[in-house]
Amino acid sequence: MPVAIDIDSVTKRYGALQALKGVSLQIEEGEFFALLGPNGAGKTTLISIIAGLARASSGSVKVMGHDVVGDYRQARKLLGVVPQELVFDPFFSVRETLQISSGYYGVKNNDRWIDEILDGLGLASKSKANMRALSGGMKRRVLVAQALVHRPPVIVLDEPTAGVDVELRQSLWAFIQRLNDAGHTIVLTTHYLEEAQALCERVAMLKSGRIVALDRTANLLKRFAAGALVLTLSAAPLPESLQQRVLPGPPDDARLRLNIDSYEEVEGILATLREAGCSIDEMEIAHTDLEDVFLNVMNEA
Amino acid sequence: MDGFRTLFYKELLRFWKVGIQTVAAPVMTALLYLLIFSHALKGRVEVFEGVSYTSFLIPGLVMMSVLQNAFANTSSSMIQSKITGNIVFVLLPPIRPLTLYTGYVLASVVRGLVVGLGVFLVTMAFFETHFEHPLWALVFALLGSAILGTLGLIGGIWADKFDQIAAFQNFVIMPLTFLSGVFYSVYSLPAFWQALSHLNPFFYMVDGFRFGFFGQSDVSPWLSLGIVGVAWLVVAGVALQMLRSGYKLRA
Repeated sequence: MPVAIDIDSVTKRYGALQALKGVSLQIEEGEFFALLGPNGAGKTTLISIIAGLARASSGSVKVMGHDVVGDYRQARKLLGVVPQELVFDPFFSVRETLQISSGYYGVKNNDRWIDEILDGLGLASKSKANMRALSGGMKRRVLVAQALVHRPPVIVLDEPTAGVDVELRQSLWAFIQRLNDAGHTIVLTTHYLEEAQALCERVAMLKSGRIVALDRTANLLKRFAAGALVLTLSAAPLPESLQQRVLPGPPDDARLRLNIDSYEEVEGILATLREAGCSIDEMEIAHTDLEDVFLNVMNEA
Repeated sequence: MDGFRTLFYKELLRFWKVGIQTVAAPVMTALLYLLIFSHALKGRVEVFEGVSYTSFLIPGLVMMSVLQNAFANTSSSMIQSKITGNIVFVLLPPIRPLTLYTGYVLASVVRGLVVGLGVFLVTMAFFETHFEHPLWALVFALLGSAILGTLGLIGGIWADKFDQIAAFQNFVIMPLTFLSGVFYSVYSLPAFWQALSHLNPFFYMVDGFRFGFFGQSDVSPWLSLGIVGVAWLVVAGVALQMLRSGYKLRA
């Protein structure tokens, strides 16, 4: 597959702070890719370098083969960026905002495509509204629309659903999913891990400026424990032989969580419990989600 | 539209949509200055022979309005965009540094000229005005507003807060403007201050502009043109270098 974004040994230093410590990463054309990490991990810094809003201290980034510094005009034409901050120009209406964005990218007579984006994002009824009059969610949609006016093949979204209500989040993802289906490469950062799990084929996890995990989402889920057996026991305490399987659970959940690597192990655990005289009041099998993987990776790294 | 025309148009729209504040208000301010100064100093000073103080004052006030508004346009646009964050809208697209420069500065030139023209037209209605060499006046208005527009851009890029841009305006731009001979001829000053005034590039903008009105000036308009031209090249070079390097704009 041709490479949409090629990040090669990128470092970034802000004074004494080393925000990125040598990140290398290739995102293929047509991928739906997530960049995860706690606050301050370097996600936004990396996106800013791809977008040309910041410059790498060393290393290079190419967008579809075009260096973001040496060949910035071509690189930026191929890239649509949705910034994390809810920024807008209060002087203009939604349509004016999109017309101005089109002009900046040198796209002429763009009104048909603008109408299409407005429809797709549910903004058609707001096209004449001033930006100031829009709700936060609506402003977010306009930012997405602005990133699309020049039909970029590669779209980068920095926490596009932060602070957006559930309904809008779903319609936003449906729209972005359609773009991906149409062949656009999508790169996003998000704090909502279930979103990344549901949408993204591949995930990179960043911690303190380094990539600490990079794999297909399915592989990551497989790699870090199949799941847990969640139990409420009575009559007898948990036998000694099962103590090493105990996993820490959420603080508001007193139930016992036992690590299982595969479903086959469940039978043996139940047999051991029976022999020890335990009676099972409640039982369920919890699946690993990206959040568990994330916590695991972050703790290990 | 291409990047330049869009940016230029956007910058025009930005001040035009709030025209009361950006055009009408400065015209009013200049008119008040004119009324007060001409009343207070009427008959006391005759700077050029046969030219009343009020007539002498008009080109100074017009030029002051041109300069201040050109500066205000770029500096306020840049600092507002930086503070609200919408500066990313011009940083993300493939716009060349030279295009950014011309887009911002040309719009500030237009604002300066529109306000200057407004002041001139209003004063024409009330006072006797001369207009000997309109072309000279236009050349200096263009160059002066381009210089101040550029300084506004530089100040706007440099400043991190409104406070700093206000300081730049009040401690650099205002003194240079007020001490450039807007309200007086520098030949009325003691020798030391006269010599000092000749180091102020704003003096040459105002003096050259005034030549366009009366055909008389403190120094030759050609000298003024040379100095103002060089001053513009210098500040334009600084601004372009800031845009190219991404100083304070691209982290």
